[in-house]
Amino acid sequence: MNVMSETTLENAVNEKVAAAANERIKMRGEKVGVFYGDKQALFDVDLLVRQNQVTALIGPSGCGKSTFLRCLNRMNDTIDNARVVGKITLDGEDIYDRDIDVVELRSRVGMVFQKPNPFPKSIYDNIAYGPRIHGLARSKADMDAVVESSLKRAGLFNEVKDRLNEPGTGLSGGQQQRLCIARAIAVSPEVILMDEPCSALDPIATARVEELIDELRENYTIVIVTHSMQQAARVSQRTAMFHLGNLVEEGPTEKMFTNPDDKRTQDYITGRFG
Amino acid sequence: MGAHTVTAFDEDLQEIEGLVRDMVSLARSMVDEATQSLIVPDSALAQRVVSEDAVMDSLQRRLDDRAITLIGKRQPMAQDLRAIVGAIRMAGDLERIGDLAKNIAKRVDAVGQSTMPRELARSIEDMAELVLEQVQGVIEEYSARSPEGLVRLRDEDELIDVRYTSVFRELLTYMMEDARNITACTHLLFCAKNLERIGDHVTNIAENAYYVLTGEQLPVHRPKQDETGVPVPAA
Amino acid sequence: MTDIPFDQAGAVDAVAPPRRDIGIQRRYRAERRFRLYGLIAIGIGIFFLAALLFTVVRGGYTAFWQTSINLAVSFDPDVIDADGKRDSDPNVLATANYPLLARNALATKLGIDVDAEGNRAELRLLSGMISQGVRTQLRDMVLADPSIIGTTQNVWVLAAADVDSAHKGQIDLSVPESRRKVKDKQVGWMKTLTADGTMIERFNRGLFTFGASSRPETAGMGVALIGSLYMMLIVLVLALPIGVAASIYLEEFAPKNRWTDLIEVNINNLAAVPSIVFGLLGLAVFVNFAGLPRSASLVGGLVLTLMTLPTIIIATRAALKAVPPSIRSGALGIGASRMQTVFHHVLPLAAPGILTGTIIGLAQALGETAPLLLIGMVAFVADYPATPLDPATALPVQIYMWANEAERAFVERTSGAIIILLLFLAAMNLAAILLRRRFERRW
Repeated sequence: MNVMSETTLENAVNEKVAAAANERIKMRGEKVGVFYGDKQALFDVDLLVRQNQVTALIGPSGCGKSTFLRCLNRMNDTIDNARVVGKITLDGEDIYDRDIDVVELRSRVGMVFQKPNPFPKSIYDNIAYGPRIHGLARSKADMDAVVESSLKRAGLFNEVKDRLNEPGTGLSGGQQQRLCIARAIAVSPEVILMDEPCSALDPIATARVEELIDELRENYTIVIVTHSMQQAARVSQRTAMFHLGNLVEEGPTEKMFTNPDDKRTQDYITGRFG
Repeated sequence: MGAHTVTAFDEDLQEIEGLVRDMVSLARSMVDEATQSLIVPDSALAQRVVSEDAVMDSLQRRLDDRAITLIGKRQPMAQDLRAIVGAIRMAGDLERIGDLAKNIAKRVDAVGQSTMPRELARSIEDMAELVLEQVQGVIEEYSARSPEGLVRLRDEDELIDVRYTSVFRELLTYMMEDARNITACTHLLFCAKNLERIGDHVTNIAENAYYVLTGEQLPVHRPKQDETGVPVPAA
Repeated sequence: MTDIPFDQAGAVDAVAPPRRDIGIQRRYRAERRFRLYGLIAIGIGIFFLAALLFTVVRGGYTAFWQTSINLAVSFDPDVIDADGKRDSDPNVLATANYPLLARNALATKLGIDVDAEGNRAELRLLSGMISQGVRTQLRDMVLADPSIIGTTQNVWVLAAADVDSAHKGQIDLSVPESRRKVKDKQVGWMKTLTADGTMIERFNRGLFTFGASSRPETAGMGVALIGSLYMMLIVLVLALPIGVAASIYLEEFAPKNRWTDLIEVNINNLAAVPSIVFGLLGLAVFVNFAGLPRSASLVGGLVLTLMTLPTIIIATRAALKAVPPSIRSGALGIGASRMQTVFHHVLPLAAPGILTGTIIGLAQALGETAPLLLIGMVAFVADYPATPLDPATALPVQIYMWANEAERAFVERTSGAIIILLLFLAAMNLAAILLRRRFERRW
């Protein structure tokens, strides 16, 4: 009980800070808990996701950061015995409310996964698929424009413009991941969730994706799970540290990486764990 | 603080910390010897101080080298990062302390030719003692990881400044009494100024150490008591 | 740089530690031995397969050729319609003595006087040379075009089964005449006819078109082929959609709980149920309870559908499981509904696996005999089934029935039918492989 009120207090303080800095809260988690069957994987997480900022979730494997990420667009719904408690809001609306349709939610909160997973279709169809099922393009010309602008925003257009009809699976790993980002952008989401998007990429491809994340921040709100502390430090404005299913600490990235408050954060980011 | 998962990281950090400690004790003995040689006076001791400065420089270069290698190799974070950056900056200050001590030692022969009044030597010795205490204090407080001690140390720099002001006035008085004293007194004035500068570097070191320990910068404001700029009333 | 000799460059090789005995030779020997066992196993398999194919082909290839005789049949109005009543009574043409026409034609060919009294025994032997099937053959010609009465037509008629066997050299002619069916005279005529090219072996179309018959030369697998075709269509139309729908539900939508586990176990068990049990089930449910006709391909198809379903469900579920979950999350992540995810992404990727499973299931059903025996498809059906509700047989049942016959000509037909069935199965498996190749996509 004591711990709970403490974290809620923290959320309240954070809200004040955000309000003072004139930042909008895009998503808000309140006492979010996740159970897989009887096993609780996430405990009372209070976290604010600020609009047009990159929020990085870090922590050792199995700490619940990916679990929390997957709550934000209800991807946990696809796991049979997963149960989410607490409240998560998007623009102030509870996303686990009965009135919220999960398909619509996912068109607003897109996701990019750890392993690049383009559909085994052409590059064009990979991008066009989302707009097509949501009816976002009226004509072929519309669709061409959506595909082109999505690829451009993902910084991939110049590399693939001559082979839009070739399979997306034929691209290099980094290109595939940017294709997946373009695919997510194509449905004009408001929030993009990224689950270790660079863990399967080489350093140069990683740098490209990081550069892209920084550019995307202007138009989207991004939440990224990463194992690389350096990456979190490079791309994010806010960092949240998870440990054993708890949110240990959340704060501005500069502070998290120079002077974290919590001993566990300190130990984790300086490599003193275990 | 637990050990790093990579033990070589700890060893690297310890090596850098050891170098800082070596530089601090060298700086301390250089300041000590320089003031000793000035007061006695002892030009052999002064020579030794001058030669020790080369050791100080090489220590600083080694530390820079190790620190940069460590950053490149291990990308330190949080307190590790602060410790490394702090060590580099402290090494810079210590090297400057070494230079200032050498500068004092170089003036020993110039001052030694004239006879220094007993009282004057006393005040410079007092000032040197204060400075040595500060140098010693910064090592102790840092080793004890006591931010409060470091803040107190920084505030104590005021005492050196006060002492410097009085030495300055004293020297002015001597020079007004007897124009033949001017050369020696000017040298002594430079020595006192150097001691005061050493105190300032110690303050820097304390501030750095405070940042390393807490992750927070001390506020810029600090009491400044250098009154030498104030017009001296005619004695 | 370049003028320094390599061996004087200065770098010294490290000294190798003394070699340890880590049993390299023993390991290689074990590996060679294991490879040998494998080769032996494969060799045994191939030997038996080759022996099977060799036996079947050697016994069966002759079934595809049938001895025929080219006769100038004179459609004598006096024989066909002695009383001249064919315009008023349609039965006259249907019941006329057509074999007599053929016999007379053969007699003319061999220069034997039909009317001479002393030739009666010879004439009977002559009749024995020609298949009884000539009756329907000539009748159908006349019924199709009555104007040929009074003319002479060149007709290929089938030789009788014994003559056929003798012509193919399957009857030992050194046996005393009294102990064999083909008499010396017939052998003589056979040689004469063969010498002038009147009697030759022609491709046996009847094997594929005729229905059941007690005479080997007019027995064919036509009815069985049609019956099998109907059943395959029924299995395809029923089992594929039901099986795929069930698998998709179980794999993609159903919650994983005790009930679905139970269903899964039962489906797996169902695949292992002996086929004859399905036959009993079909007999009880479809024939006795639902009142569907016996021997009908509809009932056979339904029974085979039940039998094939588990195979298709298991194959389809395996194919669906093999689709990487990342494809599903990718689609869900951009807001596709679960059904869109399945139909746009998962199913196309699983299609080759599903098709392969289905074709293998169909091939299994095509070769199935036991359940069909129970629902009465082991009937003597001479006429083509017009609809799946008419009595029919199936390919493997036809083989089973022929295998029970004693005559030499049926033995070769049994092998011939086996060859045909094997060819069908091989064709289906080939189709499965080709479809897999065609639709398989990388991800």
